Amino acid sequence: MSTKVERIILAGFGGQGILFLGKVLAETGMQAGKNVSWIPSYGPEMRGGTANCTVILSENEIASPMVTVPDTVIAMNRPSVAKFNLRIKAGGMLMYNSSLIERQEFRDDIRLVEIPASDIAEELGNPRVANLVMAGAYAKFSNLFTYEDLRETLPKLMPANKKDMVEINMAALEKGFNYVQEKKYMFGRYVYSVFKGI
Amino acid sequence: MAKVLMKGNEAIGEAAVLAGCRYYFGYPITPQSELPAYLSKRLPQVDGIFVQAESEVSAINMVYGAGSAGARVMTSSSSPGISLKQEGISYIAGAEVPCLIVNVVRGGPGLGNIAPAQSDYWQATRGGGHGDYRTIVLAPNSVQEMADMTIEGFELADKFRNPVLLLSDGVLGQMMEPVDLPEPKDYDVNSKKWALGYTGKDKAERNLCSSIFLDVDELEEHNWHLYQKYQVISDLFSKGEFKDFAVEEHLCDDAEIILVGYGIISRILKTVVEKCRKRGIKAGLVRPKVLWPFPTAVMQRLAEKTANFLVVEMSCGQMVEDVKLAVNGKKPVYFFGRTGGTIPSDFEILNEVDKIVRPD
Amino acid sequence: MKQVFKRPESLSKTPFHYCPGCDHGVIHRLVAEAIDELEVKDRAIGVAPVGCSVFAYDYFDFDFNQAAHGRAPAVATGIKRTRPDGIVFTYQGDGDLAAIGTAEIIHAANRGENITVIFVNNAIYGMTGGQMAPTSLIGMKTQTSPYGRDAATAGHPIKMCEMIATLESPVYVTRVTINNPANLMKAKKAIHNAFKLQKEGKGFSFVEVVAICPTNWGKKPADSHKWLTENMLPVFPLGTFKDTTGVEKA
Repeated sequence: MSTKVERIILAGFGGQGILFLGKVLAETGMQAGKNVSWIPSYGPEMRGGTANCTVILSENEIASPMVTVPDTVIAMNRPSVAKFNLRIKAGGMLMYNSSLIERQEFRDDIRLVEIPASDIAEELGNPRVANLVMAGAYAKFSNLFTYEDLRETLPKLMPANKKDMVEINMAALEKGFNYVQEKKYMFGRYVYSVFKGI
Repeated sequence: MAKVLMKGNEAIGEAAVLAGCRYYFGYPITPQSELPAYLSKRLPQVDGIFVQAESEVSAINMVYGAGSAGARVMTSSSSPGISLKQEGISYIAGAEVPCLIVNVVRGGPGLGNIAPAQSDYWQATRGGGHGDYRTIVLAPNSVQEMADMTIEGFELADKFRNPVLLLSDGVLGQMMEPVDLPEPKDYDVNSKKWALGYTGKDKAERNLCSSIFLDVDELEEHNWHLYQKYQVISDLFSKGEFKDFAVEEHLCDDAEIILVGYGIISRILKTVVEKCRKRGIKAGLVRPKVLWPFPTAVMQRLAEKTANFLVVEMSCGQMVEDVKLAVNGKKPVYFFGRTGGTIPSDFEILNEVDKIVRPD
Repeated sequence: MKQVFKRPESLSKTPFHYCPGCDHGVIHRLVAEAIDELEVKDRAIGVAPVGCSVFAYDYFDFDFNQAAHGRAPAVATGIKRTRPDGIVFTYQGDGDLAAIGTAEIIHAANRGENITVIFVNNAIYGMTGGQMAPTSLIGMKTQTSPYGRDAATAGHPIKMCEMIATLESPVYVTRVTINNPANLMKAKKAIHNAFKLQKEGKGFSFVEVVAICPTNWGKKPADSHKWLTENMLPVFPLGTFKDTTGVEKA
């Protein structure tokens, strides 16, 4: 991943907290002193359908905030993979929620990171924190902010009436971060054949 | 103040409050609803007034009323709603009442869709409603500028007693970026001595706020008076105090092709310029930050140097006409547009550049 | 010698341009008298409509806004919210208030804006040359209802007082006329009450004045008042439809 700029598309069902996940990454990048932008897909598709948003973290001034070719796609459901998979930059990364997305014939020129985010969230007692499991995992790969930056930023984003959620949210970050630390994910650029062999 | 991550629509709201605006009248429409939502919460905290009107028509007339009574006042809407407001804007311009109007442009014509667009350029820059008048049109391209131009917009409106239009689009309204917000300004409702209800000792016998001049000679005189004011504004933007505020030039000095775009498009064009330069194409960018008065003089100057212009818009081609008027046949002016809510990608635009500078 | 009659302070010296026999001049005077009596001339702000009274601002001697057709209540809302100490009123005709401006009047009333609305209903568009108004009577011949207003295609006369009285917020809704001296005095009292309520911060007050338009009715002024009494008042009955503060009894 570039050390200068990270272009991310995040996608999932409405209600999976996609926009908030994007906001967490953007806010963390900003707190880490980077330039950031966040663009939601807005409108009817947000109601019940798929939601997606675009986040850019950058050392330099962000010219276009639009992302045609993302470095990373974080996919929380199956339609999101179908929609964005082919747009990922060669050598880029697909992080996906393997609780809801089965292994399939992915491209062979991207890094695949599978995380059973919904299952992990379920174990923590709240399926709604799956998005933050992904945030924790992303911190492992980001060159523009650290896991510590993320831990510092998240509580500041919690609205006052959700302060009781801080603990489980932090736990979700940790689970996600540790999951990829322990390398329990498919890693490597040319995994197509690996999957095919399974 | 530390930077805050904010949506463009919210940044406008907060900037308005910091600029001393205490009056907002509006009607819900996507994709600008975050702005009234924000102000409905924020204005009561500063003893301000938020009214959700029964229609855009009513909202703009409330703005007319409040502005005529001396308020620093604003409204916002998106394309179909701005069409409804045109009647009021014409009255406001005729009566020379300052106010800020925000258009978070969406796809049209008609109900169109709620996706970002730039197809209200003509409406914005040609007055928009009936009669001989102009509004000052500001075109931000970042969340920071949404805030900055809101504040500047109120100042310009007061300075020239003229409505100012902030022409944004769905992307800028919805996107979040870090914003540096300035210190709050105080604004005194009783600071305009022409305003209705003004209570200062230097008040005229009485104050009138009207756009009716039934006598043809009087209306002609009034219209020439407005025209002269617009001329003064144009001069200040082309060679006077707002010259640098009006336009951004990027890598134009040696450019063989100059890309022209405003708002969110200008950000994409900047990326295209970077990509062009990496590929050995000397591309530059001109971004009008103020759409009326249009930076005609800048285009004329650049037409002497560059070989080609490529205007890119999220419309079937509106601003391109102003560029052509300015360039006046000296150099070819090409156009590339996407419409209906589609945002052109950097690749598409790069392809257009290729067609122009590397035709084989 | 004691002066018993003079021009109210709140009226300017500009002579009225209204047609001979027109009621506007008298109604203007009643408004001016109320403002004088309540001693609020220095903070009165009027909003003129589009229609015959478009030049109302010329005849009153205080601050005025000239609004677009039907929008006066919205403009008045903006003014009053900005100048809560101002005594803000609109002066509107039937086309302005009951047709193109229906949304504005209903919602200003419903918000309970602390303003006063003087609604002059003469059942016809005057300034544009006598077209059918929303308050034109069934069978009434006008430029645009040459065969008489037909309820089947043009509906029935709209009764604004009755409509507005159904809303929770307005504090005073009354209909008056000036067809004879007794009614004139009642009208004067009603307009005074309406402004008094505003001065006391009580809320939205609405006075409908059923009036004549000799020119466009094609009648002499005296005949017009007779026609009004016989034809308009049965459709637009006089009386107070809402008085939540009991201002009339006070």
